[in-house]
Amino acid sequence: MPVSTTPQGAPLWQRRTTRAQWLQYAAWLLGISLFLLCWKVISDNTMWVFVEDAGRQGSDLISRMMPPRWEYASVLWKPMWDTLNIATLGTVLGIAMAFPVAFLAARNTTPHPLVRSLALTVIVSSRSINSLIWAMLLVTILGPGVLAGIIAIALRSIGFVGKLLYEAIEEIHPTPVEAISATGASRLQVMNYGVLPQVMPAFAGISVYRWDINIRESTVLGLVGAGGIGLQLNASINSLAWNQVSVIFVMIFATVLVSEWVSARVRHAII
Amino acid sequence: MSGVDTLARQQGARQGYWRRLPLIDNPRVRWGLVLGGVVYLVLALASVEVNWARVAEGSGRALNFLGAFLQPDFVSRQNDIMAGLLESLTMTLTSTVIGVLLAIPVGLGAARNISPLPIYTVCRAIIAVSRTFQEIIIAILFVVMFGFGPFAGMLTLAFATIGFMAKLLAEDIEDLDWRQVEAVRATGASWWQTMNHAIQPQVMPRLIGLSMYRLDINFRESSVIGIVGAGGIGATLNTSLSRYEYGTSAAILLIIIAIVLMSEYASSYVRRWTQ
Repeated sequence: MPVSTTPQGAPLWQRRTTRAQWLQYAAWLLGISLFLLCWKVISDNTMWVFVEDAGRQGSDLISRMMPPRWEYASVLWKPMWDTLNIATLGTVLGIAMAFPVAFLAARNTTPHPLVRSLALTVIVSSRSINSLIWAMLLVTILGPGVLAGIIAIALRSIGFVGKLLYEAIEEIHPTPVEAISATGASRLQVMNYGVLPQVMPAFAGISVYRWDINIRESTVLGLVGAGGIGLQLNASINSLAWNQVSVIFVMIFATVLVSEWVSARVRHAII
Repeated sequence: MSGVDTLARQQGARQGYWRRLPLIDNPRVRWGLVLGGVVYLVLALASVEVNWARVAEGSGRALNFLGAFLQPDFVSRQNDIMAGLLESLTMTLTSTVIGVLLAIPVGLGAARNISPLPIYTVCRAIIAVSRTFQEIIIAILFVVMFGFGPFAGMLTLAFATIGFMAKLLAEDIEDLDWRQVEAVRATGASWWQTMNHAIQPQVMPRLIGLSMYRLDINFRESSVIGIVGAGGIGATLNTSLSRYEYGTSAAILLIIIAIVLMSEYASSYVRRWTQ
């Protein structure tokens, strides 16, 4: 907090130095102009006629969605089961792949720094690409269906589980590891008895958390043809059957709530 | 673990027989979970239909795609990629700014320690709705309402940002150090002054960190909502994939990965600097 004196000799406090104050003004100016510039780009690419119409369109949409066509729910059980399978099998496959990657990526368990950077690259590329994009790729490769969805979810989960798990591994206590290496244990035995028990609760928590996220993501994978309830959603939207769309929304909402509840319960029990 | 059990384990260990404790204590729960898992896996795997002929046919394409990653084609669709990227980046920035600005009042309202019950309930409901639905579902609705293009995408991302930021901000406010609030209140400060001098300084570092993190997420999401017509690089990617132009798709994916990496690095730098 810089202090200057007034001509009368009284001390004058300021929160920032003059230089810092000007820098801050400049930063705000820069930020706001950047925002306005971006806004301009968007507004140039927007047809404002449609936006002015939005209120009417919205109320029209709601009136088409209401009342939901509840009979349609009977068709949805099989897709819902597929969705659950995509999420669960995808999570299982994903954590199976993420587990070794995390051990290779953690600073204290990696065999070599080069291996570590390779594992980190795997984690980053898996994390930066959304599961829908993975699904789009896999649908062109494997053909539409549940399998593409499962693998898409698995590939996306590697990065998430891998990152959180390797951070957990890096935060373990070194003492049990030292104690076990002092008994003459091999590298694998040290992992098994020194590292693994310490990260197991975190690992279980992360997996359940990812499963919860995957349930959400698997509901929309069908939009690009990767199976599950999203296929029905896409079909209903394309045929403008909005009263079926609202049934699907209610089902998704219910599933997500249940999975969130389950995951919160399990994580609470573990931690 | 009962005492008898521990004793038996110790005696066993003296005779060279030792096994570590299981993760779940109760054997019934443990084996029940294993059995349930196996039954589920069998049921689930049985219901997955795989067209192996199609998979075999596609594996050649998978090789093509991997090959495309080795020589990505940045040039031939350069203009489309640039346009899509510009749209994605502008959407990301505006939606984060708007979303964070709207999330602050919602977050204040959703913190139980500073807001009355009716406001708390309303704000929590807003957060729940915004968090439950995937961005892409909201994008579908907004595209119908506001027409194709980045405006719908921007609104989608801003809407998703509200739920995310407001929830974390509210949790942060609920854990803050209450003594500072009391001290400021004791000076006779008004509500605004309390917010400004007691609460804001405590949550600001986290708010900045979270905004950076959300910027990162919004960019990643902006690359998918284009699939349903909400603008951004996703539309370009989708087109290139359905035209089997794998070189261009690989180039777009590499650009996305590079930008995410850079923003992750930048946001970790900013977070270290604010804390």
